Amino acid sequence: MDLILFLVFAGIAVVAAINVVVQRHPISSAVSLIAVMGSLAVLYLLLGAEFIAAAQVIVYAGAVMVLFVFVIMLLNAGGETKAGRSFVASLLGVPVLVALLVALLALLAFFSARLYPRDTEVHFGGFRGGTAQAVGRALFTTYLLPFEITSILILIAIVGAIVLARKELE
Amino acid sequence: MMGHVPLSWFLMLSAVLFSLGVAGFIFRRNIITMFMSIELILNAVNLTFITFAYQRHDVSGHLFAFFVMVVAAAEAAVGLAIILTVFKNRGTLNIDDLDSMKN
Amino acid sequence: MDSFIVISLIKIFVVFGALMTILAYLQWVERKVIAHIQVRPGPYRVGPHGLLQPLADVIKLITKEDLVPPYVNKALYLAAPFLAITMALLSVSVIPFGPKIQVAGYATWMQLTDLNFGVLFILGVSSMGVYGIALAGWSSNNKYALLGGLRSSAQMISYELPLSLAIAAPLLISNTLSLRKLVDTQDGWMWNWNLFHGFQYVSFIVFIIAGFAETNRVPFDLPEAENELVAGFHTEYSSMKFASFFMAEYANMITVSCMATLLFLGGWVAPWPAAYGSGYVPVAIFAIAGVTTVWRGLNPRRKRDRFTFPPFGVVFVIVAAVFLVPRLQSALLPLFWFCAKTGAILFLFIWIRGTLPRFRYDQLMGFAWKVLFPVAMLNLLATGLVIAAFS
Repeated sequence: MDLILFLVFAGIAVVAAINVVVQRHPISSAVSLIAVMGSLAVLYLLLGAEFIAAAQVIVYAGAVMVLFVFVIMLLNAGGETKAGRSFVASLLGVPVLVALLVALLALLAFFSARLYPRDTEVHFGGFRGGTAQAVGRALFTTYLLPFEITSILILIAIVGAIVLARKELE
Repeated sequence: MMGHVPLSWFLMLSAVLFSLGVAGFIFRRNIITMFMSIELILNAVNLTFITFAYQRHDVSGHLFAFFVMVVAAAEAAVGLAIILTVFKNRGTLNIDDLDSMKN
Repeated sequence: MDSFIVISLIKIFVVFGALMTILAYLQWVERKVIAHIQVRPGPYRVGPHGLLQPLADVIKLITKEDLVPPYVNKALYLAAPFLAITMALLSVSVIPFGPKIQVAGYATWMQLTDLNFGVLFILGVSSMGVYGIALAGWSSNNKYALLGGLRSSAQMISYELPLSLAIAAPLLISNTLSLRKLVDTQDGWMWNWNLFHGFQYVSFIVFIIAGFAETNRVPFDLPEAENELVAGFHTEYSSMKFASFFMAEYANMITVSCMATLLFLGGWVAPWPAAYGSGYVPVAIFAIAGVTTVWRGLNPRRKRDRFTFPPFGVVFVIVAAVFLVPRLQSALLPLFWFCAKTGAILFLFIWIRGTLPRFRYDQLMGFAWKVLFPVAMLNLLATGLVIAAFS
């Protein structure tokens, strides 16, 4: 059951990721990226990270991507034109990418078989420490300093975004 | 047993998503699509963090992923504001046309 | 494992069927209540008191020509209403309607599924509901639809912040994210409800206001009002897709009302324990309603009341008798209290629609960021301080 879930949602994630890179109009890439984030949220649930899965959907897929979709709709710049590509790049691009990926996956499979002879089996419920209580406890005790610094970071981002995007005062 | 998934498969999925993100960043010329490829890279890294948190039974991996998400959100806000300003001033979203500092 | 799947499937069918019927009749209730606020009768021709009006509307919407304009972005145009209605209905899957009950020998909760992070699930699903509207506005290839869609999405994400902060305050009191345990912590008498703890009425008010804005209801419905921007984001939609958007709006309204009930009003818990006779309240209400209806049917004000009122009166008295059966009481009483509280908040939604004018868009956004968000943040801060001081 976990295997089927993983294969289905990993498949959706990979197909949608390819779609992000391949589509001409940015709005189709944005919708595919939302699909990637949704399927990653399901994979996080499989790995026992329930708070991070909820945060992924609320923050990443539900706020950051809405921002992307807004900017794409407001700018309305249209799809990318196909002019100015070098012939060698369009011929060699995809095969070289596939070859590099296969080499990377083979390396990973080889090394994980050697370093971890008993590869950890992931099943739903194998890790129960990802609840909101556990994350909150760690966030406010061990990681309190990064938490406070990120709050200042967010303030800087808000001020920066407003200053950059406002109309010029006369 | 039939139902379980080896942990290395999650790492392989993360590697595939990372490479696709890098490929999108290198091959595409539209600024917004390049930015979305960066978000894809950050998501792949998040998956790696959560995977190792499962293996080590440590919730710190989730905390790292949480901070990556926060920083990505802040970066998206500022980056998109910059893109809006660039479009207002140059009228193009093609990164090859933004070369006024070249030579 | 097998019985779990079968029971879950049965529960899904029951909840889905009940929800669809309630959605249709909620529209009837809204039209009747707004009509009576405006001193006119509302729908009264189709069936007694217009009760078959939703059926007539469904038939009309299904048989209307389903026109897909040729200039739209087909994939997004077809996906947007599907996304809207899916996300709206998905929230209902974690809402508890009552406690554990015994049905035909199997013990089961009156809830489709209980998640450890149920509140976060509902927040996440409502964040995804924004896409239905934004993509509908974009794919229609129509500047009025685009503007309406963008305004509506911006409004929804702006009011998500005060909504989340207003939800966080009673969560600090109940100390759990699971909706079932949230109701369990408010068990007992009426003063155990989260609404009556200190100044949680501030959280309640912020939650209700933000809930109005999240569901695009008056006074925050500028992006989709009929006399503004043509018709907003659903200008280019017809028949069943248009109906999906409306069903999604009513389903969102029901979700916000259920969340208000669970978070603040104690869910399916009666105002005073059943040992002191709260089990007789629904009996009393339905019996009085039944007797009054039958009496009005026998001394009618309008001629047709002689034929329509007595059957309703008899039905009400039968329902009152059903509430007296001890075997059904454990399931029916919590359901009655949950529906009564949720219905009260839904009535509030409809009441305000009939009463208040709508906000201008800049007033709306200014209110969210300059008033509601600071109030919600200060409320959360104060709640946290009080809880830390008293524990």
